[in-house]
Amino acid sequence: MPLQSLDIAARSATTTPPPGIRKTLEVAKLIDVTKCIGCKACQVACMQWNDIRDEVGENHGTYDNPRDLTAKSWTVMRYSEVESQERGLEWLIRKDGCMHCEDPGCLKACPSPGAIIKYANGIVDMQQENCIGCGYCITGCPFNVPRISEKDNKAYKCTLCSDRVAVGLEPACVKVCPTGCISFGSKEDMKDIAEERVVELKERGYGNAGLYDPQGVGGTHVMYVLHHADKPELYNNLPPDPAISPMVSLWKGVTKPLATLGLAAVAIGSLFHYVTKGPNEVSKETEKEVEKELEEEGKQ
Amino acid sequence: MKRDPNDLQRYTASERANHWVVGISFILIALSGLALFHPAFWPLSMLFGGGVWTRIIHPFLGVLMVVSFAAMAVRFWKLNVMTPTDWEWLKRAKEMVNGDDHNMPIMGKYNGGQKMLFWALVVCMALLFVSGILIWRAYFSGFFPVGVVRLGAVVHAAVAAVMIALIFVHVYAAIWVKGTIRAMWYGTVTRPWAKQHHRAWYKEMTGK
Repeated sequence: MPLQSLDIAARSATTTPPPGIRKTLEVAKLIDVTKCIGCKACQVACMQWNDIRDEVGENHGTYDNPRDLTAKSWTVMRYSEVESQERGLEWLIRKDGCMHCEDPGCLKACPSPGAIIKYANGIVDMQQENCIGCGYCITGCPFNVPRISEKDNKAYKCTLCSDRVAVGLEPACVKVCPTGCISFGSKEDMKDIAEERVVELKERGYGNAGLYDPQGVGGTHVMYVLHHADKPELYNNLPPDPAISPMVSLWKGVTKPLATLGLAAVAIGSLFHYVTKGPNEVSKETEKEVEKELEEEGKQ
Repeated sequence: MKRDPNDLQRYTASERANHWVVGISFILIALSGLALFHPAFWPLSMLFGGGVWTRIIHPFLGVLMVVSFAAMAVRFWKLNVMTPTDWEWLKRAKEMVNGDDHNMPIMGKYNGGQKMLFWALVVCMALLFVSGILIWRAYFSGFFPVGVVRLGAVVHAAVAAVMIALIFVHVYAAIWVKGTIRAMWYGTVTRPWAKQHHRAWYKEMTGK
C-alpha cells in the first residue's frame, strides 16, 4: 500500500483514473554537483534509512563503490576524471540514482497494475508487493536506474524517501549531506536556488553552468546543477536529452489498443461470417458421387 | 464406436499429438502473454496463479511451443511448398469465403490458404523466439543493449498479436469447413469431405 494513497497522479497498467482529488505541491531534490566533495555520506544515509546493506564489493581501480546501482544500492557516487585543454584535469562527481521523471518510462512500461505509482508531488515509487519481476521498467527507463534483486526478483530503486516526505521530512541523503550540496523542497524553490547558483558559477568562470531538468521526460524531480550543462555526458554519461524511447512508446502506446481491437475484429468478424454465410458443408452432389464410386468398387 | 471403414487417414496419432502440444502451449502462452500485454487482459494472470507466476511460466511455455512447432514444421514443410495452383487458389479465395467453391482449383493435401498460414506461422514463431529471448529478463536481457531489448519488446508484442489473429483464422476455418475438426481429434476424414476440398489428395489416397 502506498503511504500517500490520496495523492496518486499515475499508476502502472491502469486505464482508469487513480485516486487524485487532492492537489499537492510538486517537490524536487536539487543536487548541486559543483559543491559535492564525493564523501558518500548520502550513500550511507540511504543504506541506513532504508535499512539495506549491500555486499562489500571489490576495488575496481576507481572510487566508485559499489561499481553500479544495485537492488540494494539505490544511489551511487560516480567519479569521472575529465581532461580538457582549458581546464586541465577535472574531477566531476555525480550522485546517480532515480531521477523521478515527470513522464516516467518505467511506469509506462510496467505491465502490473499498481506496481509503479507516481505521486501527485512527483515522486515515482515502486510497490514491490505488486512487482512481478519482468524487468520491463529497466527496458522503459531512459536513465538505466531500476535493478531487479536476485534474491526476490523484485525491482528496486530510489524512493526519494517517499516515506519520509509523506510525513514532512526531507530525504535521508539531503539531511546528511555535509556541504549542503543536496537541497529538497518545492520544485519551484529548487529551480530558484539553482538559478542563483548558476549565476554565481558563471561569474566564477563556468560559462556553461546550468540546471539539468530534462524536458524530454517532462522535467525531473531530481535535478542537477552542472558546471558543464552543455555536456552532461561528461558526468558519467548523463544523457544530454533523455526521453522515453520511441520503441517503448510504440510498444506501450498504439500497439496495445490497436492489437486488442484487431483481435476483437477478427473474432467478431469470424462469428458474423458464420452467421451470414453459413457453414461450408460437403455438397450432396459430392456425397452421391462418392457413394457411387464405392458401390462400383463393391461390385468389382 | 467403429467409424466408417471407408474413411481416409489424414493424420497419424503422433502427428495429432504433436499438433495438440503446440495447440495447448499456444493457448496457455497467448492467455499469459495477453495478461502482460494490456491491462484489460490482466485478470487472465489469475489463471496462472497471479502475475509473478504468469511472468515465470510464460517464457518456458514459449520454448515448449517453439520446440514442438519446429518438430511439426519438419514433418509438414514439404507438403506446404507453394505451387502455381496454390496462387490461383488464393486469387479465388474470396469466392470461397463468400460461399461458392465451385470454381476453386483442385487442391492436394493442403490448399494455398493453409500453406500461407503454415509459412506465416514459421515466420511468427522465429520472430517470437528471438525477440522473446531478448526480453527474457531473468536469464538473457542483461546480455543485450537496452535498445535491442526495446526493439525486442515491440517485435514480440506486434508479432504475437498477428499470430493470435492467424490462429483465430486457423481455428475458425476448421469450424467453418464442416467435417474438418475430426481430422485433429482422431485423424480421419470422410471420403466426400476429401473429394470436395482436396480432390488431388483424394485421388492420391483412393486412386479415383
